[in-house]
Amino acid sequence: MKGRNSAGFLALIVAIIVTPSLVTNDYYLGTLIFAAFNCLACVGLCLLMGYAGQISIGHGAFVAIGAYTSGILTAKLAWSPWLAMVCAVLIVIVIAFCLGIPALRLKGHYLAMATLGFASIVHIVSVAAIDLTGGPAGIVGIPRLDLFGYALNSEKQYFYFSWSIVAIGVYLAFNLINSRVGRGLRAIHGSEDAAASLGISITAYKVQVFILSAVFASVSGSLYAHYVNYIDPGPFDVSHSVLLVTMVAVGGLHNIWGAFIGAVALSLLPEILSFLSDYLLVVGIHYQPDYDTLVYGGILLIIMLFLPEGIFAGISNSVGAVASSVRKLAGKKDDGLG
Amino acid sequence: MNHTDGGLVDVLQFLIMGVQRGSIYAMVAMGFNMIYNATGIINFAQGEFVVLGGLMMVTLTMAFNLSIVFAFILSVIFVMIAGILMERLTINPVKQPSVLRLIIITIAVSIIIKGAAMCFWGKGSHYMRHFSSDTSLDFFGATILPQTLWIFLILFFVVVAYIVFFNFTMTGKCMRACAINRDAARLAGINDRKMVMLSFALSAAIGAIAGIIITPIIQMDYARGAMLGLKGFGAAVLGGLGNSMGAVVAGVLLGVLEALGAGYISSHYMDAIALVILLFVLFIRPSGIFGSSEAMRLKEF
Amino acid sequence: MASDNILELNRLQKCFGGVVAVSDLSLLVNKGAITSLIGPNGAGKTTIFNLITGFLEPTSGHVRFAGRRLSKMRPHRIAAAGIGRTFQNVQIFSQMSVLENIMVGRHLRSRAGIFYSAALPPFLRKEEKKIRQAAEKQLHFLGLAEQAHLPAGSLPLGSQRMLEIARAMALEPKLLLLDEPASGLNARETIAMGELIEKIRQMNISVLLVEHDMDLVMEISDRVAVINFGRLIAKGTPAEIQANEDVIAAYLGE
Repeated sequence: MKGRNSAGFLALIVAIIVTPSLVTNDYYLGTLIFAAFNCLACVGLCLLMGYAGQISIGHGAFVAIGAYTSGILTAKLAWSPWLAMVCAVLIVIVIAFCLGIPALRLKGHYLAMATLGFASIVHIVSVAAIDLTGGPAGIVGIPRLDLFGYALNSEKQYFYFSWSIVAIGVYLAFNLINSRVGRGLRAIHGSEDAAASLGISITAYKVQVFILSAVFASVSGSLYAHYVNYIDPGPFDVSHSVLLVTMVAVGGLHNIWGAFIGAVALSLLPEILSFLSDYLLVVGIHYQPDYDTLVYGGILLIIMLFLPEGIFAGISNSVGAVASSVRKLAGKKDDGLG
Repeated sequence: MNHTDGGLVDVLQFLIMGVQRGSIYAMVAMGFNMIYNATGIINFAQGEFVVLGGLMMVTLTMAFNLSIVFAFILSVIFVMIAGILMERLTINPVKQPSVLRLIIITIAVSIIIKGAAMCFWGKGSHYMRHFSSDTSLDFFGATILPQTLWIFLILFFVVVAYIVFFNFTMTGKCMRACAINRDAARLAGINDRKMVMLSFALSAAIGAIAGIIITPIIQMDYARGAMLGLKGFGAAVLGGLGNSMGAVVAGVLLGVLEALGAGYISSHYMDAIALVILLFVLFIRPSGIFGSSEAMRLKEF
Repeated sequence: MASDNILELNRLQKCFGGVVAVSDLSLLVNKGAITSLIGPNGAGKTTIFNLITGFLEPTSGHVRFAGRRLSKMRPHRIAAAGIGRTFQNVQIFSQMSVLENIMVGRHLRSRAGIFYSAALPPFLRKEEKKIRQAAEKQLHFLGLAEQAHLPAGSLPLGSQRMLEIARAMALEPKLLLLDEPASGLNARETIAMGELIEKIRQMNISVLLVEHDMDLVMEISDRVAVINFGRLIAKGTPAEIQANEDVIAAYLGE
């Protein structure tokens, strides 16, 4: 990592350290912990969508597989959570490999539908395979994680833990995109033909990054399961996959920070909206949490129509524009003096 | 049901159920194809048109007590307007969009329609009275609802109307010309942008009709769009994307396979059957069962 | 005999549906020489390139490169075998910097995998440095060093074509396929392009060139092959070709 990105990374670390002393309310801290899970999945998805240019509306399924594997192995078979998490990652690697090989030969709309279909199948299985997943009732009694013998019981501890994992994820992602492999992925996004003509195996690269992004999603699912301590199919329907895509797209596809910001912003949106609803009531609008879906859709549409590069690129472009016009003005002044 | 008199009756019953479901998938698939042919876009909000049609029909017949025919027409017009608005506000203004951006735009529209439907109609599912009687008829030992007959009849009319429109009307022929070669059509004086708008309107109309006729049987709710859309897309791909007559056959086939699977394998996994078929078709033969392998090699999937 | 030829097309045929794009084409490309492929638009020249580099599969016939048969090999394998290419409609990675474009070209000369790239970059520092140095060398060779950190998409077309060649050169290929490198270039840029291709030959890299600019072709080529309607209608030295009646007829559209 270098330059602006390492500055951003430093800011992230500082933010992680200071946030729990600013946000003392456990409920809000909990919201931020959920944001961490989404962040991790979105950073992985951004590598796939923004850098390699391959869409997946199925990553919610990998979150679900991670969560369920951790849940089943720890609650039913009393495995160590860490072993369960590794096992979940291995299972996800196998599934992502088997799905990725045929699916990533498809392009655009076809790939989107194939991944959406996959997410839907996983959801159906999670509801129907009662012996394995507990069906609609789900799985209860999933233990909290412990770190070197210390149970991560308080919200504050879990906050530090889950956001540290996010920081590691961001670190890995930035390493990757500035490496030989990352350049290969971006090359594939730019022109598959040109990339192939330079010796890059398109299929191998797409499948590798698909697996990597699925692993991010799986870990995020495991962390989720060990935080809420029970899982049911509810949060893992197709709309969760769509939500992850929404987060990445709103923040900005072509930048890790974009996906990061999109994930945080949309994870906090329900809280922001319920906070605003008191004020909306004053002007006569009776806002209800049921309207959230509509607001999500509206935000996504507006961003896609007017700011297709996402919020992050929008902000950094306008900051850049202001900076360069300031520089120009300053430059003119110098000329005038000289 | 008792098995002594009736393996065959069971099969017949599953076939009826299958064709009934399949008719809906066929119509959703035709909707996909219309927009795909005009624009190359797969509209991820296609399933939402179905939901919107069904729910509108529920309100007009149950709350406003309108006659079936009148409510039918009004509901279709309502969803057509939604389709036109979608095209005017979200597709038309975007110049030279990437595929990824188009996909996400139609996803955004689907979220908005779903969210709006939840606001207006709530989270519950809605009962609607059948078009005619709701007592089952006997059909060689199996039972069939009059509503199912209505579904078959209306699918038949939609297919006939589709064929007439695209083969015997000037507008339909212009739309086909645009689908084959947009630049050439434009040179011939066809307003291709208008054709795109029309494709959204017609696609919305077919979706609405599908939603209206199935609602008395499945009891529509706001969240059904994604699954209906996915299965309809499965039918469209199975029939060869862009080929609407293929889509009708494939849709019915998909419905029958689903019903047989639900009957003989597991009803819990019923919804997964069509999706597994969708994945297999996409992975093995993305040009569909009717597409030529020659065309498959030249086309990008 | 065989050792004089780097590339051998043996009765190559390609049909699209009923249309025959390349028909019974046999051609030898000499080692260390510049061979040009000319012919009217739609004669099948780019199709031949795509057949050689694995983007298309021949209907019949085969390609032999450096004594090895390239049957059913995927494009990235053929690149690894030592064939670099450019594209008729420039295919640079416009979102990446000029330097990064060339660094992608070093792909086959480096090894880092996805795990080390993401998790253990310190172990790769040496390799990264080597990739970067090699890429910078290419940039100097082409005189693009000043633009190294600009987005490649912001370069003028002439520089983009140069960059595409530099990227293919970064592969260290034995044979370089150039698809209309001078198209869209002005007179000055075309001359520079000709000089560049000469320089490439001096580095002992064989060149197969498709080009419409006849002055350029006749000036730099050692051998010229003329294609019309997917068939080879003439081959020889530039002087022989210029005097060939069939060729003149094909170009005048008889």
